[in-house]
This record gives sequence, C-alpha cells and structure tokens, in this order.
Amino acid sequence: MTEINANADVLRIEGLTVALKQSGTPVIDDISFGVRAGETLCLVGESGSGKSVTSLAVMGLLDPAALEVAGGRITVDGADVLSAGAEELRRMRASRMSMVFQEPMTALNPVEKVGAQVEEVLRVHGEGNAASRRRRVLEMFEAVRLPNPERIHASYPHELSGGQRQRIVISMALIMNPKLLIADEPTTALDVTTQRQILLLISELQQRFGTAVLFITHDFGVVSEIADRIVVMNRGRTVEIGSRTDVLSNPQADYTRMLASAVPSLVPPQRPASTDPEVLSVSNLAMSYKVGDLFSPRPPVHALKATDMSLRRGEILGIVGESGSGKTTLARCITRLIRPSDGSIVLDGVDISRLGETALRPHRRRLQVVFQDPFRSLNARKRVRDIVVEGMLNFGTPKSEAYERAAVLLERVGLSRDMLMRFPHQFSGGQRQRICIARALALDPDVLVADESVSALDVSVQKQVLELLRGICDERGVGILFITHDLRVAAQICDRIAVMRDGQVVEAGTAHAVLATPEHSYTRELIAAAPGRDWDFANFRPYGQPA
Amino acid sequence: MKMSAVLPAARERRAGQWRARLRGNGLTIAASAFLVCLVLVAIFAPLLTSADPILINAVNRLKAPSAQFWFGADTMGRDLFARVVYGARTSLVVGVVAAGASLLLGLLIGLVCGYFPIVDSVLMRVMDGIMSIPSIVFAVALVAITGANLVTVLLAIVLPEFPRVVRLVRGLILSLRNEAYVEAAVSLATPAWRILLSHMLPNTLAPLIVQGSFILASAILTEAVMSFLGVGLPPEVPSWGNIIADGRSYFQLRPGLVFFPGIPLALTVLAINLIGDALRDALDPKLARRG
Repeated sequence: MTEINANADVLRIEGLTVALKQSGTPVIDDISFGVRAGETLCLVGESGSGKSVTSLAVMGLLDPAALEVAGGRITVDGADVLSAGAEELRRMRASRMSMVFQEPMTALNPVEKVGAQVEEVLRVHGEGNAASRRRRVLEMFEAVRLPNPERIHASYPHELSGGQRQRIVISMALIMNPKLLIADEPTTALDVTTQRQILLLISELQQRFGTAVLFITHDFGVVSEIADRIVVMNRGRTVEIGSRTDVLSNPQADYTRMLASAVPSLVPPQRPASTDPEVLSVSNLAMSYKVGDLFSPRPPVHALKATDMSLRRGEILGIVGESGSGKTTLARCITRLIRPSDGSIVLDGVDISRLGETALRPHRRRLQVVFQDPFRSLNARKRVRDIVVEGMLNFGTPKSEAYERAAVLLERVGLSRDMLMRFPHQFSGGQRQRICIARALALDPDVLVADESVSALDVSVQKQVLELLRGICDERGVGILFITHDLRVAAQICDRIAVMRDGQVVEAGTAHAVLATPEHSYTRELIAAAPGRDWDFANFRPYGQPA
Repeated sequence: MKMSAVLPAARERRAGQWRARLRGNGLTIAASAFLVCLVLVAIFAPLLTSADPILINAVNRLKAPSAQFWFGADTMGRDLFARVVYGARTSLVVGVVAAGASLLLGLLIGLVCGYFPIVDSVLMRVMDGIMSIPSIVFAVALVAITGANLVTVLLAIVLPEFPRVVRLVRGLILSLRNEAYVEAAVSLATPAWRILLSHMLPNTLAPLIVQGSFILASAILTEAVMSFLGVGLPPEVPSWGNIIADGRSYFQLRPGLVFFPGIPLALTVLAINLIGDALRDALDPKLARRG
C-alpha cells in the first residue's frame, strides 16, 4: 500500500529533520508530505518557518557548513536526494527537479544574453546540437508567452522587465521538462498585475507538461488562487496539511486560523468619513529629474506629474500604485526629503514646498515618516531610547522629560519600557517598525507618512501594525498618508484611496467607492489582480456564499 | 565555510568578533608582535645604545661589526646600530604623523564634500588637481624651495595622500545619505552637523582605520625613498633611507650598510600591511553590519 503511494508521488519527503550544524538546533523538525504529478502543493508559512530550507533541501542546495540533515528521506521521482553525490545531484537538477527563485535579476547572469543562458542548461546536460538547442529555447520562450522570442533571445537581463525576467527563469527551469518544479516566492518581487500573469503561466505550463509544483509563499491570497493542496508550516513543523478547500474553509490548527484571518481582504470595513479640518493640501505637485549631461542632453524624466490631493485630520489616505507609479516620489516630496520641481504643499496654511532647510525646521516636526525597511531605518549603533528621543532633543525638550516620554511612547506602540536601553538588532522586524512609529510620534506630528511601512512584515505582524496605525490615527487625530503597492492592505486601513500610475493619480475617492465601483480601467485591473480576492478569509468561505 | 565562521560570531558582540578573528591568524600575531617591539625600540632607543647616532669619528670609518659596533660603523664612522635604532624613531614618527594628518584632513573634507553637494563639486575638482601632481617631482620642488626638513617631508607625503582619503570618506557619506535612518534623522529636523557626527561618522571609521594602516606603510616607504634620493631629511638625521643612501657606494665592501637598515624597513612595511589586511577582513562591513 505505501509502495503504491510512494510511486504516485513525484516528490516524497518523509520525516525530514534539518538542524543547525553548530548547535544542533532543528530548523526543520520531522516533516512529511508528498507532491503528485500535475499537482500544485503550496507550502505556506511566515518568515523563519523553514519553508525555504525545505525547498533547498529538496534541491540538495543546503549550505553544508551551516546546516545538516539530521534525519529523514527525500525522493524525487524515485531517486534519493539526500544520499546522492554532487555529480548525481547535478544531473538530477533541471532534468528531474528545478527551482525558480524570488528575485529574477539575481538568478540571471547580467553580462550574458538570456538566450545563451537558457541554452547553457541544455548544453551542460548534453542535449542536441547548437541549432536544435536554439530552436528548443525559442519554443520554450513562446511557451512562457514572451513576445518576440528572437529579440528576447538576444537581450541582456537588464533590457527586460521584471515579469519578462521571471519568465526567462521559468523557461530555464522547465526547458529540461523536469518532473518537479519548486517555486520559492516567485512572484513576491513583482507587481500585482505581473504576479497574476506569472501565476496563470505557471498553472498553464503545469497542465501542459504535467509537472508537480511545490509553491512556496507567505501569501494566503496566492494560495487560494493556485493551490490543490496546502501545507502550513510554523517554526520548522508542519501545522496542517489538507486540500485547499479543507484548509481554507475549515482550518483545524489555531495557527492556520490566525494566519488566514490575518489576510487583508479587498472589502473595506464601514467607517464614518472624517469631517475634521484639512491639514495637508497638495496642488500641482510635480517632480522631474534631469538625465544625461551637458554634452548629451535628454528629455527630463517626469517621476511625478502635476498631482493634487488633500488630507484631513484623523484620516488615512491610501496612495496605491505599482513600482514606478511615482508614489514614493510623492512621499519624498511631501516630507521634503527632496525639493519638488513644481507645485505647492500646504501644511496647515503654510506652503512648505519651497522653504530652505532652516525655514523648514519648525515644520519638520509636524510631518513625520515611517519607512519600509525596518532593518535600515534604525541606526544599529544607537539605543532605542536615543533613537526615540532624537527629535525631541532637536526641539529643545529637556533630557529627563524626553526619556520619560520615550518610555510612554514605547508602551503606546506595544513595547515595554525596559526595552529602552536595547539596540535595534535585538528586535524583530515588527518590533522595529513599532520603534519607528514611536520615533515619529515623539514629535506629536500632524501628518504621518507611512511609505510601504508594512510591506516587509509577515501578515500576522502586518495586521497588528495596521491596527496600531489606525488606533493612533483615531486617538490623536493624526492624518496618515499611507503608501502601499497592496490594494488589499489599503482597503483595510484607508478612509480614502488614490490610485497612481505613471506619476499621475488616475482615480481617487473613498475606499468603498474606489473598490466597489472603480471607474478607471487600471483600478479595475489592479482589483482583478489582487490575489485571493474571491475568498473571504476572515469567515473561512468564498465571497457570495451565505454563512 | 563562510557560514560557519559567521554563525558563532554573530552571537558575540561585534568588537569581540573582530578581536577573535585578529587573534586567530598566526601571521597577524607575528606582525603585531614585531610592531610592538619596534615601537618599544623607538621609545627606549637611548637605553639600547649609549652611542651617539650623529657623532662623526673618522677613525671608526667602515669598521666591521664587533662587540663595540654591533652592526659596524658607517662611512663617517658613526655607530650603525645606533643609527638604525634611532632610524626606527624617525620612520615611525614620520609614518604616524603623515598618516594621522592625511586621515584627519581627508575625513574633514570628505564629510563636508559628501554631505553638501555644492561644496562637493568645487572641492572635488581641487582634489583632482592635487592628485594630478606627481609626488616625487613635488617633493623635489618643495625641497628646492624650502630646504630639506621634517615639515617638507611630511608635506610631500600628506599632500598627494589625503585626496584619496577624501574620496573614500565622500563615497561612504554619499551612500550613507540614502540610508533610511539618515533620512529619518533629516525628517526629525536633526541639524546637519549632528547627522554627520552621530549618524555618519561612526560608520566611516572602520574603513578609515584600514586605509590609515596602508597610508602608514606607504608613508614610511616614501620617507625612505625621499631620503635615499636626497630630497628627504638632512643626511645627518638617522633615517633608514639616509643610512641606505650613505652606505650604497660601499655595498660590495660592506653589504651590512644597506641590509641592516633595509631589512627592518622591509619588515616594518610588511607587518603594517599584514595588519591592515587582517583589519580589513575583521572590519568587513558585510560581516559587521547586522552583528
């Protein structure tokens, strides 16, 4: 009986345990599951859950100096991976199993044409001659829906878009027609609209070639779109295994319930509109960059075209857009980290768009920022206390008073006052983002600009930080400019939403109006691309189905 | 291999980490021990020899090594051992002062250039100009104008050297400007000087220390070369370059006249460079960043 099951599975993991070589601490603890031919198995978990280590173990790519397999068996198409030698593994990769990584740019050689890179896979496996290899690569490019395969074949990676690069990586992974494809967060670095296309492509190719897919992701939205079966991992253990409908509609483990219900939905909660006075008003704001130089002038790049918007006290305005939409340029102009080339930024009656650094100083305290990367936005050499009080000391608050206020703020953002003397590296990403929020609040700002502030966080942590921001907005009447690429996050926290594309606001309105009755085609495209939009995660059922 | 080195170290404090890595290498230990000895020799030179390194005595001219003259005597009958020992003083003083001055000057100008773009475009062109002056030609010209003394030697070493430090510091500051924590400080209205001192300066120190060790080695070498060419310190001053210059015409007769000062010179430069390499490995920003 077990013999038959083992044969049906392309990938079979039995009792796999991987431990840190130094300490023997397991990072993966006794996990078992299988993936059948033509099936997509989603491995879901937050950072540190061991999902990437699992995929590396399957590929035989564990760093032998840091990690070692302490027990268990991995078979791919009947062949044992763990006992295979280096040469055997090399032959198995690409032909039996292959992998697609998160960042396509780093997976490609920047100084070699992409066509040659894919052909190399065939060459090292001794497939065909130069002409037949080229033909197969061009066929594969067509299969992954790359436009004009001949031209792409002769392009360098930097000449392609992120989505095209990921298609190249996928064609490289599938060209030897492997039995197993491992995709490790293959769409996380891509824009949502591109993500949707890549997800569709993977499932289409899978049906065509009958490949077994092990898809690793942190996003339950993506899972709900593509999974046949789901494995939920937490701290190196499998928490739950089941079919998509079972796990999503009837999760057994508390951890799964927590994770699924933390997925932000596209349906905004009902909230009364703020009627407080306007605190920030931006009109005709534009930013263009000169490119080229004196000898080879080129037309300037318009990162931000004439933009108008306003923010009330106690309101969260979401700026949603994909990469290159100008949303971050907008944030940097408003916070005056850069000087806009045109337009006005009126903060409580004063236009700050043209002020010099000295004149700007008193206004800086009223406009604070929380950045995206919590690892880079805190100076690693400073204690939390000194980080939080920096702004207060700049404005002449006495030290003792500032220290006391730092303690109170830390408690407000959900940390404790005995953490004041610690250094940033002693905190997790979510905790660091809380420290950043405390630092921004220390000056009692009127406007808080949150630039992708939750994008780097796990969903469960993301949910808590969103709640913290909403709470601060409601209790202090701070106006928050919330910049994000994720329409689902914006739907959860924002009162109003402005959608940006190519440096312009294409649609703006209340969160409800923009999401329920989008007027611009691009907004509709964004909504359609949001992963998991058909599933009501909070209630464990598809939308439109009665309770 | 790399991971195993990083993993245990990550748990330690960063300082402990690089101290441990410095300690781990036999060559580095030997180099450090040699330098410590050299410094002691330079400080306690009068205790090591009672001979006067500049006292000329024609009677002792070109004497072979003996119990009285450990390294023999030079062309003017001066005790060679005393001259080599006091030469260590000269070399170290010139090296340390030149390296210190280059670092200080480079750091100051580099900080300003990196942070204020308007100053940058002017000052960096000046630096480019300075860097285009050939250092030996400059040294010769300087000596021709002012005569050979310690100040001209230091000037001739520091002037071509410090623009390199400016470039290094400026580059570091430019990349630090884009760090989110610096931008956060800007939006907290932290004054420019405090951003420079408290957020940026500490992050430039590690590469600066490494660079400083290489400047130290090259300054010692440059001083020796200048003295050898006769455009450095006055010939009576005991400096390794002067001693070699003095002994070179009698090299076939008394090879010791060149080897006794030449070997410590080569070893000193080698030791400093070895320590510089070890420092660079230990302070590698990629390993030290997250600690």
